[in-house]
Amino acid sequence: MTGLETEEILSAIVFYLLSGVVVGSSILVITLRNIFRSALFLLLAFFATAGLFITLDAEFIAAVQVLIYVGAIGVLILFAIMLTRRIQDPVAKSTTRSFILGAFVSAAFLFFLILILGKIYLPPFPETGADTEGITKGIGRMLLTYYLLPFEVVSVLLVGALIGAVVIARKEEARGGEPPEVALERERKDREITDSKPDGNGLEQNDRKH
Amino acid sequence: MIAGWINSCYESIRNWWVACGIPLVWLDIIRAILLGIVLAIIVVVAVLILTYVERKVAGHFQSRMGPMRVGWHGLLQPIADAIKLIQKEDIVPEKADYWVFTLAPFVVFVPVMMVLVVIPFGDHLIVQDLNIGILYIFAVSGIGVVAILMGGWASNNKWSLLGAMRSVSQMVSYELPLILSVLGVVILAGTMSMGGIVEAQRKMWFIVYQPLGFIIYLFAATAEVNRVPFDLPEAEQEIVAGYNTEYSGMKFAMFYLAEYANMFIVSMIGATLFLGGWQGPLLPSPVWFLIKTGAMVFILLWFRWTFPRFRVDQLMDFGWKVLLPFAFINLLVTALVVII
Repeated sequence: MTGLETEEILSAIVFYLLSGVVVGSSILVITLRNIFRSALFLLLAFFATAGLFITLDAEFIAAVQVLIYVGAIGVLILFAIMLTRRIQDPVAKSTTRSFILGAFVSAAFLFFLILILGKIYLPPFPETGADTEGITKGIGRMLLTYYLLPFEVVSVLLVGALIGAVVIARKEEARGGEPPEVALERERKDREITDSKPDGNGLEQNDRKH
Repeated sequence: MIAGWINSCYESIRNWWVACGIPLVWLDIIRAILLGIVLAIIVVVAVLILTYVERKVAGHFQSRMGPMRVGWHGLLQPIADAIKLIQKEDIVPEKADYWVFTLAPFVVFVPVMMVLVVIPFGDHLIVQDLNIGILYIFAVSGIGVVAILMGGWASNNKWSLLGAMRSVSQMVSYELPLILSVLGVVILAGTMSMGGIVEAQRKMWFIVYQPLGFIIYLFAATAEVNRVPFDLPEAEQEIVAGYNTEYSGMKFAMFYLAEYANMFIVSMIGATLFLGGWQGPLLPSPVWFLIKTGAMVFILLWFRWTFPRFRVDQLMDFGWKVLLPFAFINLLVTALVVII
């Protein structure tokens, strides 16, 4: 067995391992009933995808994948779960039951994905692995020249989402209700009263009020 | 000098390996495993020393002696502590999510080991000088946040949960100024590779060009590793010990180890980015690197034993209304100066 063959076999093993992790954990994400564990498997799937990018010598994309999907989106999902009402339930259950609708949507998505992938032209891989400095530089240059308009549109979209989130969070005030500071103050006073009869878990008191 | 010796050793092994006719891939794998073990040993030794130094510094800051009984001036104290921790019973709360609870202390260690791969410990003493070095560091350190959330949630304890939530909101908020402060250095150096950044500081340290960036880095990094004055996630008086309240024995030791290792790593990154890395006259390069890292560590210790803790609202105000705007200004000015 020559060195090159061994290398090919090893990289095939790595590829199938990573793909197996991606597929397996994705299935677990939708089948597990414990929503926190689902979210953790989602993170694992993101992470393994980054591994796949590395096998393609796209280190920059892999790092961005981990930075954005695992570090930001994943943490946001976990954080959102923690802020739900059923925070005291040790196994927060996922209550999704619409299996047929979900299957229909994913089938449609797969169909269009195949349709699109059949249409676009994929340039053949270069013989040598692309050097990462080139990738980083290339992506930066393309984003600020050829793809400047889409780039700016996405930025504006994100800013819009950010402002929208702030508006929703401050809805009370916009409707002429009490601003958050006043609401917090009132809650604090309420808590002082309820605190006199402790019932084991301080978190419950917040829940009951909403 | 050291790097040269290691390299010549590696070369001779490599030649022998090729002569034997075994594919070089296996040698690469063995090399990777060995390097991993070396890095793990470095982490453990650094943390042992760091706990001793922390207690000694704390003692002298408070006009005490610190540990004195085990060994000369308490030098063997960390070893005694480690043995004690290993002997402790491993308790998992009955209503905890067993697997998540057990995995969290291991996940918290993943970013620690991964970051060490791109740290230049000395002249050519770097495991892998990635072109995306700094981006890689920030990407993998996001995994630490996940581990803290895992530990906090799985413990099924309100203090743990509160600690984890505080910790994550703080780390997410302070990650922005941290990355922005480092971007100034990236612009000046023109590269994201750690080796390249050290190389770019051959004439002058970046702290001279980026004093504001360095200060922002220092604050944001202190917040990232949850140390005083940003230690709300572990505020003893309020929430026992935060996300690791329910942990005992080796699992607690893992969290503890990761925490100190992170402090060490943050100091090493700071020394590399702003203090010229391993460069310096006369002394060998790893020694210079250790001295600079030690100076950064001392600043962190100094913070801890002199500042009181922030309130939650002060913490968020400081992050979003002070550090972030200054980081943006720093970045803008740096970019403008480089263009002109």
